[in-house]
Amino acid sequence: MEQLLEILSDLHPEVDFETEDHLIDDKILDSFDIISIISEIAEQYDVTISAEHIIPENFNSAEALYDLIERLEDEE
Amino acid sequence: MLFTSYSFMGFLLVLFCLYYIIPAKHQWKLLLLASYIFYFLAKPIYLIYILVTTVSTWFAGIQIDKVQNTQKAYLAEHKADLDKETKKQYKASMKKKTWHWLLACLLFNLGILAVVKYTNFTISNINSLVQLFGGKPLSFINIIVPLGISFYTFQAMGYIIDVYRGTSKAQTNPFRFALFVSFFPQLVQGPISRYGDLHESLFAEHSFDGKNVAFGLQRILWGYFKKMVIADRMLIGVNTLIQNPDRYSGAYAFAGMLFYALELYADFTGGIDITIGVAQVLGVKVTENFNRPYFSKNIKEYWNRWHITMGSWFTDYIFYPISVCKPMLKLSKHSRSLLGESIGKRVPIYLSSFIVWFTTGIWHGASWNFIVWGLGNWVVIMVSQELEPLYAKFHNRFAVKDKFGFRLFQVIRTILLMSSLRMFDCYRDVPLTFRMFGSIFTKFNWNVLWDGSLLNIGLSALDYGILSAGVVLLTTVSLVQRTGSVREKIHKKPYWLRAAVWYGLFLCVLLMGAYGIGYDASQFIYNQF
Repeated sequence: MEQLLEILSDLHPEVDFETEDHLIDDKILDSFDIISIISEIAEQYDVTISAEHIIPENFNSAEALYDLIERLEDEE
Repeated sequence: MLFTSYSFMGFLLVLFCLYYIIPAKHQWKLLLLASYIFYFLAKPIYLIYILVTTVSTWFAGIQIDKVQNTQKAYLAEHKADLDKETKKQYKASMKKKTWHWLLACLLFNLGILAVVKYTNFTISNINSLVQLFGGKPLSFINIIVPLGISFYTFQAMGYIIDVYRGTSKAQTNPFRFALFVSFFPQLVQGPISRYGDLHESLFAEHSFDGKNVAFGLQRILWGYFKKMVIADRMLIGVNTLIQNPDRYSGAYAFAGMLFYALELYADFTGGIDITIGVAQVLGVKVTENFNRPYFSKNIKEYWNRWHITMGSWFTDYIFYPISVCKPMLKLSKHSRSLLGESIGKRVPIYLSSFIVWFTTGIWHGASWNFIVWGLGNWVVIMVSQELEPLYAKFHNRFAVKDKFGFRLFQVIRTILLMSSLRMFDCYRDVPLTFRMFGSIFTKFNWNVLWDGSLLNIGLSALDYGILSAGVVLLTTVSLVQRTGSVREKIHKKPYWLRAAVWYGLFLCVLLMGAYGIGYDASQFIYNQF
């Protein structure tokens, strides 16, 4: 989780990713941010997040994103 | 049948009455019938195209659904006796099957769109090359471009991708699916609805709700006001200016650019108001397509607020799949090691955006004007993205971010930027557009803006008065909207005030609509896309 928080904070240092849970709904992350995050995750976790996983529920909070990574790690 | 025609109004009146008379369980069937009549009246042959797209997409959806259900049942049955690797292999093989159906459906339907919309454009480009080498040019083909094909094809393709991704359940009833594809209010100019957003209210049983119907009718009236009082009036001036570029350059081109920005806004948002209003009278909830776009502070924000459903379609179904596909992730890795972390990681994003904006351009029309317009947007977005650190430094140093004056500057800058890019919509080719844009800065004839010359472009002083009042009204409504629905606010006022507002608006449309001798109720701009 810490590794993920670091990826997110590098992108938006002004956001408290531990508590924020409307990252997509409140337009804090845009489509460019999402792609940057996915490519970082691919690099650091060796997990591929495909387009079908890019839905608000998976990206609204760091926790939801971490759950997705774990789910995908489990599947792969 | 244009939205602004008497026949359309008569059509709506009959439909609205029947809709609430017949048993509610048959309402969606009536909507399907009405949609097909609407499309048939546009041109009977159009029906063949929409039927082919409907049947092929519905069929592919069913096949994908079948494979997904088989997979679910198999995995549930063999939960205990399958190891992780076997399960993974099984899932991959099933995914491949659904992928084949998806691919076939996309290729077939986007192929139809490409053939009807882009064949002659391709031939014209081949001919330009052939003529360079002295060859014999190919002849153009006579092909019909069905009304709204870009909209209904994208809506249907969005559906099949959603079914493939598992975000929407396949519609088993072909007639219900046919209604989703052909729902007449949004058939010709969008919004491009998602199945998940539309299907519930589209197929639900609706009882008559006076407030909802009144709000729908008010929205339709507001749409007519925008279209007939503002857009169609502005169109007269815009046409004079852009069709005579030799005569109207310099400050005239600048005026034309701003006039077109107003015309397009009133035309497109007016059309969408009519669409959403008609749907609301029927109890159907259609996604909003605009969110006060001319109040955007930068171009990226603008594209989140203008033609929202198209933008999100391109993001979800083109930008994301391209950006996160394996070759792109490989490219990301490669470019990082080659160009360094900060530039390298932006390469795939910029490349995907380029593809998206090229597609957005060509989706709007088969011409280089639209392609250059799309790529122009891409360049501006990329430059703004690159300049973001500089903006951040500026804002750290100067605390102007929340100052009204600075926000106003940002809004005006965005309007001017978007309007100048839209000049590609106006002039007949790309070189002429560049020439006209250049003339704004080189031909010093700014006096034409105030010496009465603009009264000779088909618009009288009264027209300008009406247009100015219209702009004030549009701006006021947009400002009021920031704190909630304008109609809700009016609804809470005393009866006499409500009646004055809506009868007043009705009279405006009736008396100030751009009719007149020789005037032909004009097509909505987005109908051609």
